[in-house]
Amino acid sequence: MATEKKQNFDIMNHELVPFHTILSDHEKGELLKKYHVETNNLPKILDNDPVSVFIGAKPGQIVKIVRKSNTAKEAISYRLVIESE
Amino acid sequence: MPKKTSKKEDKRQIIEKPEKSEKTKVIKSVKTTKKISKKIIKSKEKIPVKKDDKKIEKIDLIQNKENLKISEEINKILNDNFLPASIIDAITERVIKDKTLEPKLNQIITKSLEEYKKNLIDPSEACGIIGAQSIGEPGTQMTMRTFHYAGVAEINVTLGLPRLIEIVDARSIPSTPMMNIYLRDEYRLSPDLAKEVANKIEITKLNDVADIEADLTNLVIYVNPNAKTLEKKGTTTDELLESIKKIKKIDAKLEKNKIKITLDDPSYKKLLDVNETLKDLKVKGIDGIKRIIIRKEPSEGYVIYSEGSNLEKVLEIEGVDPYRTTTNDIQAVGRVLGIEAARNIIIQEAYNTLREQGLNVDKRHIMLVADVMTADGSIKAIGRHGVSGEKSSVLSRAAFEITVNHLLQASRRGEIDELGGVAENIIVGQPVNLGTGAVELVMKRITKKV
Repeated sequence: MATEKKQNFDIMNHELVPFHTILSDHEKGELLKKYHVETNNLPKILDNDPVSVFIGAKPGQIVKIVRKSNTAKEAISYRLVIESE
Repeated sequence: MPKKTSKKEDKRQIIEKPEKSEKTKVIKSVKTTKKISKKIIKSKEKIPVKKDDKKIEKIDLIQNKENLKISEEINKILNDNFLPASIIDAITERVIKDKTLEPKLNQIITKSLEEYKKNLIDPSEACGIIGAQSIGEPGTQMTMRTFHYAGVAEINVTLGLPRLIEIVDARSIPSTPMMNIYLRDEYRLSPDLAKEVANKIEITKLNDVADIEADLTNLVIYVNPNAKTLEKKGTTTDELLESIKKIKKIDAKLEKNKIKITLDDPSYKKLLDVNETLKDLKVKGIDGIKRIIIRKEPSEGYVIYSEGSNLEKVLEIEGVDPYRTTTNDIQAVGRVLGIEAARNIIIQEAYNTLREQGLNVDKRHIMLVADVMTADGSIKAIGRHGVSGEKSSVLSRAAFEITVNHLLQASRRGEIDELGGVAENIIVGQPVNLGTGAVELVMKRITKKV
């Protein structure tokens, strides 16, 4: 069987994947202050999640997610990167 | 031009869609229409040409400038207050249409802020219960008739209540996996190229393209390829030979048009074994993709629908548009595209399942479900093995299911219950930490002056 050429693609551009960025330490502090939360209260994302691997997020960092929303057009959410078991 | 040829050529694979069915399609599958609407540029038969794009871009640019000006102004008025982008957009749109509104912008914004705050859910409101009831109540109306044909006529998809349960249970493999495979620009316009891609995806077994004859007296097997089906599936005899050679302990040779297979150490039993493996031998395609249907969608071109799903592999095939292709296998989406994509597909699938049955559940309730399911980074089921079974409170878990086990385990481990949730507080007879129960009032005494 002839070897098929694999096409390279970037998962971040998939329709289903919203925009992710890693917050800087300064932004992280501001976020926690603004919402009166601790990092543990945030939703989580695993460090071996394909997106975390792609953007190079390490455990302890916070990822900012800009979701496309049907109701608000744009919704901002945050996830704490945790170590996968 | 593609219409006539494809109709004659292959009725099974390429199905031209009559214009009439367009309406029913719109109601039936929200997913496809949404995707199409992105690409639609007001031409039915012809698929968007680049010239049109440029014109639209120009208009967009002019509008964008105006939009920016007004939205900047709105942001100034908003100061630090928050309004969702959709509301700001709606206001700018209206203001651009009607210039007389511009001086009143300040008033409009303050009023909308007021309304927006009124419509926010109150602190300590039990949004989970509201969500559960809002999905549960119309859910009782769902038909138990499970097998329907969604969107694509030939592919059978689980729908209704069983599908909803499947989504919420976060099953590793859905009972009827299915993929919508979109193609890249060059491929989606030509039926031949679309077929080529489809052949790469659909699994082709040796049995499909050749007759396998076992000669029991001489202990040899002849594989007799069928030229017609070979061409249809886009393979050659050489390719068959190559994949046959991968089987261990046999030798294959090309003899005229047949492939002759001899065993290294011949025996009757082994011959039958090899015969069985030959029948099931994969010649071409991707594991898990059982059947494929190519359809021509208006304003999109050729789209491939598949029975069976394998997102990882399909996205790697050349010609497939890796940015729009989706599957209904939620776990696979989570694995390949990450937790946020999984959240999106849960919302999409659950919403469409409800919509299909004519039930109008607000998307926000489903979003909440999806948020809970994906909160800890992996896709968790709602129920015993997921969210409910992993609650931190013992009493709450015991109240849900398998009471004795949970209490026993908790006592062995010496767990402490903080009495933070609803179930625990009902059990011990305290006000629940919700709504009015979440606030404490302190009375200010007025002492009379004597």
